Amino acid sequence: MEQKLRATLITGRTIEQGVGKEKGKGSEEYYTSCAVCFFDKSDMLALGIKNGSIVRVTSKYGSVIVRAQKYRWGVMTGMVFMPVGSWANVICGDETFNMGMPLFRGFPVEVEPAPDQSVLTLDELLMQQFGRNSV
Amino acid sequence: MTEILIKNGFVVDPRNKINCEKMDIAIKDNKIVQKVNEKQAHIIDASGLTVMAGGVDIHSHIAGAEVNTGRIIRPEDHYKDPVRKTSITRAGTGYSIPSTFVTGYRYAEMGYTSVFNGSIAPMKAKHAHEELNDIPLLDKGTYILTGDWWFVLENLAKNDIDECARLVSWLIYSTKGYSIKVVNPGGLESWGFGRNVHSIDDPVPNFCVTPREIMRGLIKVNKKLNMPHTIHLHTNNLGVPGNYQTTLDTMKALEDLSTDGKPVAHITHVQFACFKGENWRKFKSGAEDIAKYMNAHTHITLDMGQVTFSDTTTMTADGPFEFSLYELGGHLKWVNSDVETESSGGIIPFHYKRNSPVNALQWSIGLELALLIKDPWKIFMTTDHPNGGPFYDYPKVLAWLYSKKAREATLKKCHKSARKKSLLPSIDRELTLYEIAIMTRAGTAQALGLPNKGHLGVGADADVAVFNINPETLDIAQKFRTARKAFASAVYTIKDGIIVAKDGQIVNSQVPGRTIWVDAQTKDPCRIDDDMKRKFKEYWTIEYENYPVTDHYVKVSDKLTIKASV
Amino acid sequence: MNKTINNVVCPICGCLCDDLEVTVENNEIIKMKNGCAVCEAKMVHGYKSDERILKPLIRKDGKLVPVSMDEAIKKAAQILTDAKYPLLFGWSSTVSEAQRIGVELAEELGSALDNCCSVCHGPSVMATQEIGIPAATLGQIRHRADLIVYWACNPWASHPRHVERYTAFTDGRFEGSEWKNYMQRLRADSGRKKMEMASKRIARVEPPIKPQVCFTGPPPQMLERKSGRKVIVVDVRKTMTAEAADYFLQIEPNRDYEVIEALRCLVLDQELDVDKVGGIPIDTLRDVADAMMSCGFGVIYFGLGMTQSLGRFRNIEIAIALARDLNRKTKFVISPMRGHFNVTGANNVFAWQTGYPFAIDFSQGYPQFNPGENTAVDLLRRGDNDATLIISADPGAHFPSVIMQNMMKHPLITINPDMNAISRLGDVVFPAQWCGIEYSGTAYRMDTVPLTLKKVVEAPPGILTDEELLTRILKEVRAIKVKRGEPVGQGEVKLAHPDKVKAPQACKAPAKPKRAKKGKGAA
Repeated sequence: MEQKLRATLITGRTIEQGVGKEKGKGSEEYYTSCAVCFFDKSDMLALGIKNGSIVRVTSKYGSVIVRAQKYRWGVMTGMVFMPVGSWANVICGDETFNMGMPLFRGFPVEVEPAPDQSVLTLDELLMQQFGRNSV
Repeated sequence: MTEILIKNGFVVDPRNKINCEKMDIAIKDNKIVQKVNEKQAHIIDASGLTVMAGGVDIHSHIAGAEVNTGRIIRPEDHYKDPVRKTSITRAGTGYSIPSTFVTGYRYAEMGYTSVFNGSIAPMKAKHAHEELNDIPLLDKGTYILTGDWWFVLENLAKNDIDECARLVSWLIYSTKGYSIKVVNPGGLESWGFGRNVHSIDDPVPNFCVTPREIMRGLIKVNKKLNMPHTIHLHTNNLGVPGNYQTTLDTMKALEDLSTDGKPVAHITHVQFACFKGENWRKFKSGAEDIAKYMNAHTHITLDMGQVTFSDTTTMTADGPFEFSLYELGGHLKWVNSDVETESSGGIIPFHYKRNSPVNALQWSIGLELALLIKDPWKIFMTTDHPNGGPFYDYPKVLAWLYSKKAREATLKKCHKSARKKSLLPSIDRELTLYEIAIMTRAGTAQALGLPNKGHLGVGADADVAVFNINPETLDIAQKFRTARKAFASAVYTIKDGIIVAKDGQIVNSQVPGRTIWVDAQTKDPCRIDDDMKRKFKEYWTIEYENYPVTDHYVKVSDKLTIKASV
Repeated sequence: MNKTINNVVCPICGCLCDDLEVTVENNEIIKMKNGCAVCEAKMVHGYKSDERILKPLIRKDGKLVPVSMDEAIKKAAQILTDAKYPLLFGWSSTVSEAQRIGVELAEELGSALDNCCSVCHGPSVMATQEIGIPAATLGQIRHRADLIVYWACNPWASHPRHVERYTAFTDGRFEGSEWKNYMQRLRADSGRKKMEMASKRIARVEPPIKPQVCFTGPPPQMLERKSGRKVIVVDVRKTMTAEAADYFLQIEPNRDYEVIEALRCLVLDQELDVDKVGGIPIDTLRDVADAMMSCGFGVIYFGLGMTQSLGRFRNIEIAIALARDLNRKTKFVISPMRGHFNVTGANNVFAWQTGYPFAIDFSQGYPQFNPGENTAVDLLRRGDNDATLIISADPGAHFPSVIMQNMMKHPLITINPDMNAISRLGDVVFPAQWCGIEYSGTAYRMDTVPLTLKKVVEAPPGILTDEELLTRILKEVRAIKVKRGEPVGQGEVKLAHPDKVKAPQACKAPAKPKRAKKGKGAA
């Protein structure tokens, strides 16, 4: 059965993302730390996904495939968390309310399992989004 | 190699006792010389013009973390005064805190060539030097906040003057500073926990030392180091009604330290420290008392800190003062910026209004002081830029000083309670060009201990200002507006032997100006051993090695090396 | 053969820790002591990774091809001068010496100039412009603070050594470290967790989900009685930082403003007629307000959770107002947790040269400031600019893709040491030296304390510093403009004779489509 989770997206830094970005944007660390989405345990149960399942996160602005991960520090029912990076950018919005700051967090997204999809690497993602990359 | 000959100008050079005499001034490279080859030299015909040395500003906040935070928080101030880029000058913005380039240009347009920066916290000294490097056309120096530096407090509590002197010498050297600055001694440390000291004998919490001991101790240190300038002092209780008593107490407390009749301390922006009356309602001028004392003593010099009625920005290292100003109400923005282990700071935008009884009287107090103190070598002209008003108001201040008519014109528009309390109607004194040259050049250069500045004798720096004032035909006291215009835009400003401004417009912005700093060499250098480094690590959040300002931060360095007597 | 360099400044986050010990062998960093995990990733691995760009690249037929430095500089200058209204963006990960040249370049081009601040703490700067800020340097917190509030930030991830070096876990003159207490609690906690795990295994029952408000430390009524430093964390989700705190408030997303306003009311002794604000019971807020009022020296550190949430700079404004109110009762300061190591420097350099900290427009020949109009994201969103230069930043990884798609419609020049997301997208891709590793310069810590970054190894041959590169681009831009007979800035002025100088020529604004100006200022 197709199931969808409506949640509020929060983006932010994680220490793994920090390490990944400093090792290089093309590094394995960056890929594994950024192309993920953190869920509350109860939401994962409801959605029928496990750690490492592939999900599609969709907002008004775009849609991206990432890996699901359990949020280990505490409860955040109704919220999903994505580390800042190229993957989260796909679903972030351009609305700035005339203050220079685009929509990075605190807006609604929909999550659904996407077991047959694959998580794009940075280069693939850039190609998909902008039609070019370094290769 | 440049040679310039300024011919037939009326030279006003108080240091060399020349008063409006028709003379030629010869410049070769960056020095004033006896004569130059007239055929080769570039001739400036100055007949009918007044020739003075380049202006020396003794106290003006032009660079540093405090100043820049002021810039950041006041976009509405810059909107009023955008400065377009030209083929010669950089773009920027002006008004109460102009951008660095504009600061340099506008000072030069008024015939100023040297400016000393009010105060910087040692920890943020690199920032100040980076900004000073971006201020062209001026020679610069900066005062270092020393009064509440923990090492100073600790050593003064132990009464170990020699060790304190060694540390201060290290501090001035490693921040590339010019002089010791003391702001609200003891008060800044107390502000760390939101308190303040209220008299010169209030103990500083946690440090067994009083403001009196700090000031006296640092004067002794200053003497031992043979610094060119005295200590630069911002008194306790600044901006508090009744504080003239604190100022008098301070001056009395330092009396015995002057042995040769020379000044031992420079009390800055004294207008703010000259309030009488127990509260704002009973606010009165304390200028008479201060002037009486100053006329009888020689151990102190002052600068005015004149209020000029404009929308400006107050900024000082005196954090508790800015907080009390904020508490008075009506202020939208308040910045506090404590600096660990050494200082605090605060910023409040402030509009001085003629129809405010207090502001109007403040205006009067500044002028009363300058006029009642008979000797112009004792009190200098400043607005404590930007605290009393931006420095481009200097011509206005000068007009009030040399023209009773100008004073009356402004006083007429002031609040009536201030008009009643003001002493100005009873003062007839009008300063002469000679006295003005002392208050803006000769006197400040002497107080700063700069032998090559503020005069036009042979060997002096080739910093010259030529004003469109003919002392034979123009009565400045009557035609004060004409003279004011002349002071606002110099006919020529020459910096280091290069014409940088002509008719109040910049013609060359490529003269960087030097940064003057002091290396007071003690007999035993300051011992920085492991114990000291450990203390550093505990006191500051940056390492000892990363604390000093390296040579990299001084674009054009002018080091004054001094032998200390300790 | 190897040498150890002490007191190296870490060029990563706004903490600018300056106590690193770096061991260098054969011009390569092999070991680093004292730094955090992120620092290690950059200093030991990242800076010499395969991602490093070693030659300038130009995109030809969709592929990046290596070219000579001269060719790349010429091409970049050509793009910038041909453009009617370029955007120069980035500046937060380079030294202030380079930022100074950047302002000059923007002035010469009549371009837009913005720094990363507009997508991180730009709202904080705007809030400061509204009502000022009572701030303090980090050492002041170390010595004096007995109440530390982290609001909507997670220093454990973004500023890993902030707590350890500057706040709760450091020994100051008047306040001690809370490290020992924390360790004790951690041990007790891990014991509890083991018990829970064991009971779970035996009974196969899930432990109950914790309530929204978590008390990781002593229960609320004890907060006041706790001696030593107290740490309060407010966030929308529990983080590692919250784990270490004495008190954690989990508020609903986008509700920061209400919660702070409620705290202000409580501080000002006003009654509130509601039970909950932002998901937090009033009683809990009262405890926090009491703790704030009764401390000797308190501090609020706030992060992007505030600046990026609904309300943007109004959130910060109200937080600053709270700190101001608290100053009537005790000593209280508030500071932003600035991200990149020199984003504070970018604000400062821009401000002292132009008067404005970010969002600057030079199209009229003088600086103009209007966040919301001249900020990079808004410019790109409207599609105003027709060329972009990105230096030492990665909007490829930190701008929404919808915005980036607009940027990609026009030529893109990038200056970055490594092949990050934006360099992958560039048309002219410059390599650069790593500042703080391969060349020295000045950076400003989050509390505006300037520090000198050190050079520890030599850069690969042929790669320029940001400062040199920008200077050369600027020179080339001026040369092109001279060729076209346009007036140029002071760099080219030669004075033949002082008296023959003509009155300065005003530089005309480049032809740029007139845009309707919105209301002035941020408010």
